[in-house]
Amino acid sequence: MKKLMLGNEAVARGAYEAGVTVATAYPGTPSTEITENIAKYDEIYSEWSPNEKVALEVAVGSSIAGARAICSMKHVGLNVAADPLFTASYTGVNGGLVIMVADDPGMHSSQNEQDSRFYARSSKVPMLEPADSQECKDYVKEAFEISETYDCPVIVRLSTRIAHSQSLVQTGEKVEYKLKDYCKNFGKYVMMPAMAKLRHIEVEKRMAALREYSNNSYLNKIEWGNKDIGIITSGISYQYAREAFKDASFLKIGMVYPLPEKLISDFAAEVKELYVVEELEPFIENQIRKMGIKVIGKDLLPVIGELSAAIIKEKMLNTKTEINRKIDLNVPVRPPVMCPGCPHRGMYYVLKKLKLTVSGDIGCYTLGALPPTESMDTCICMGASISAAHGMEKARGREFGKKTVAVIGDSTFIHSGITGLIDIVYNKGCSTVIILDNSITGMTGHQHNPTTGYTIKGEPTRQVDLVKLANAVGIDRVRVADPFDIKEFEKVVREETQVDEPSVIISQRPCALLKYVKYEGALTIKSDKCKKCKLCMSVGCPAIVDLGDRIEINEDLCVGCRLCTKVCNFGAIGKDGDDNE
Amino acid sequence: MIMNNLNIMIVGVGGQGTLLASRILGTVGIKKSYDVKVSEVHGMSQRGGSVVTYVKMGEKVYSPLIEKGEADIIMAFEQLEALRWIDYLKDNGNLITNEQKINPMPVITGKAEYPKGIIEKLKENYKGTVSLDALNIAKQCGNTKAVNLVLIGVLAKRTDIEKEVWLEAIKETVPAKFLDVNIKAFEAGYEVS
Ligand SMILES: Cc1ncc(C[n+]2csc(CCOP(=O)(O)OP(=O)(O)O)c2C)c(N)n1
Repeated sequence: MKKLMLGNEAVARGAYEAGVTVATAYPGTPSTEITENIAKYDEIYSEWSPNEKVALEVAVGSSIAGARAICSMKHVGLNVAADPLFTASYTGVNGGLVIMVADDPGMHSSQNEQDSRFYARSSKVPMLEPADSQECKDYVKEAFEISETYDCPVIVRLSTRIAHSQSLVQTGEKVEYKLKDYCKNFGKYVMMPAMAKLRHIEVEKRMAALREYSNNSYLNKIEWGNKDIGIITSGISYQYAREAFKDASFLKIGMVYPLPEKLISDFAAEVKELYVVEELEPFIENQIRKMGIKVIGKDLLPVIGELSAAIIKEKMLNTKTEINRKIDLNVPVRPPVMCPGCPHRGMYYVLKKLKLTVSGDIGCYTLGALPPTESMDTCICMGASISAAHGMEKARGREFGKKTVAVIGDSTFIHSGITGLIDIVYNKGCSTVIILDNSITGMTGHQHNPTTGYTIKGEPTRQVDLVKLANAVGIDRVRVADPFDIKEFEKVVREETQVDEPSVIISQRPCALLKYVKYEGALTIKSDKCKKCKLCMSVGCPAIVDLGDRIEINEDLCVGCRLCTKVCNFGAIGKDGDDNE
Repeated sequence: MIMNNLNIMIVGVGGQGTLLASRILGTVGIKKSYDVKVSEVHGMSQRGGSVVTYVKMGEKVYSPLIEKGEADIIMAFEQLEALRWIDYLKDNGNLITNEQKINPMPVITGKAEYPKGIIEKLKENYKGTVSLDALNIAKQCGNTKAVNLVLIGVLAKRTDIEKEVWLEAIKETVPAKFLDVNIKAFEAGYEVS
């Protein structure tokens, strides 16, 4: 029977059926569920690596040692893993190596909208792109075959709507994969100039062979319809285009690099007008233009954001469906917010009060940049908070530094914050770095990391000791503070920002969504004590509501973390029945 | 047999439990041997943001997304979200909305106002609107978390799909220890006129 599966879950199933025995990843939306699902298979060693570079290197090692390995990340993760990628392209593989990368057109949960397909071209690694969950599974299996036949890593690219859509999958049998023999081969695996020069020749030969493969592979296929219009498309764009152009002819590209040039020429010759429908950059389009074929593509379609059947219809077919809005009420936006009980809220309350410049980073705590906290000044990429705070101080001097902090989550600190911290010590900076230790990787939905003490399979393991780690790189001033003890927290931040040496504050309190975190349940505001000063509103909790004539706590949302009770000067907030306040 | 695709949107606020509802709908589609696609967004917006799930079933489904004016049914867990997504409803489509209100941050901070009279306006302009206090009904059935099953009950009644199919799908999707409450909630929703 067919099963409804998320694209990511189908990738996991494909890896299992292909006989993968090593899976590595650093979490990142929309790729996270790939490895969460792989970890459910007992036969596959799985790990959350500290970052994508490490993840890919582990997978490369497993491949050289003879196993089939898969490594997964979001699009920006491939920037971090780019270094091993470009050289693994030269060494090639022993056991098959597949890299899953999930792009996020429309930026549902990302800091940019980069198009990963360019990585395939510049690293000379083939790339496949499935268009539904069944193809996710099938293409992953095919990717392992290509990897071993053509001696190269293979990238499989997903986008949010493929990774996070469920569609029907026919599962298959697991192949019996035997570890390949390990043989020392320095000409292939030691990339020094003399050997790399020879390997580059092999890379070019393999790309020529792959261009042939692309022309003949089932991955690229023509679906003939009316020949007045021919559409070349791939991935999710295929699904949108299918809905927009009901009876056109389609060349559906499953291998986006290298492209099936002969197939494209043949297809183009048969149709009157040729369109390319692809999200983001004109990656396919420009290559077809270079072949001397006339196409219509990004002259009509946007390079920004996601496509949809409606956008294609409007831009390419000039048929816009008019919807007249019947109700003229203003609809306020609903941006994401830090959850009730979130420990980051206590910290931001203090930073806002002290009016500090906050060099920020990526995680749930990035939400502190939005109202009502509005206390984060920058957010670039993972790890940048620490290095950028150092740069700010070097640019504007020590006095500016005294009013600046870096904030970074525990997972992000391990990912790429530690190197920035070493830089501060080495180059005589004095920045204050606040590490938000909420005992989990929060933003991506609760993954373990080296600071939590558990592996991806939930097994206990040695925990990174953040205090000792900071000490070891040369930070003498390391303080641990509870962000819900706002008086003490404020004192610690005041002291550490003033000292003329680098310091680390570990803001320690677990994420309120963790199962073992038990607060006492909804609090209420006692109307007889409340002076309506609205100070409690300043903590910015979604459970506290201003009703105009009174302030109320939403009992369905409040978890009872008591942060608000600490800012109330009148003892007006408490649990029903506790009268000792 | 439905001739055209059945397009359902589930809208609400991140954290309201819309994912279970889409799993049940997906299972119903499989039971009817339809092609099914369910598209949901994970990540950032699940932190209290506006969330939408698309469920499409029929002979053959290509795009997992539903476009404006294409939804047969919109099932809203919250009033303001019903209003936000209403342009997606077909002319003769059904809107099923919970009467619950959850203030978004701009309202909490006083930068915007929660619109007044949403339900009345929706009913005036969209004939197929059903509104109910699903939270209260779920509470009476024994668990406020069963809101999604109350709403599914209302929805089930407005499709051509047999009640038994819905019940089977619920049994397969909901954890055994919550089954009784959830079936009760479904039945209560099914009775809403
Ligand atoms: C290079 C890169 N990899 C992955 C991500 C996705 N991502 C964003 S934040 C984050 C982790 C956040 O965890 P943590 O630092 O512990 O903060 P929390 O969300 O728990 O507050 C991840 C994995 C990314 N943005 N960039």
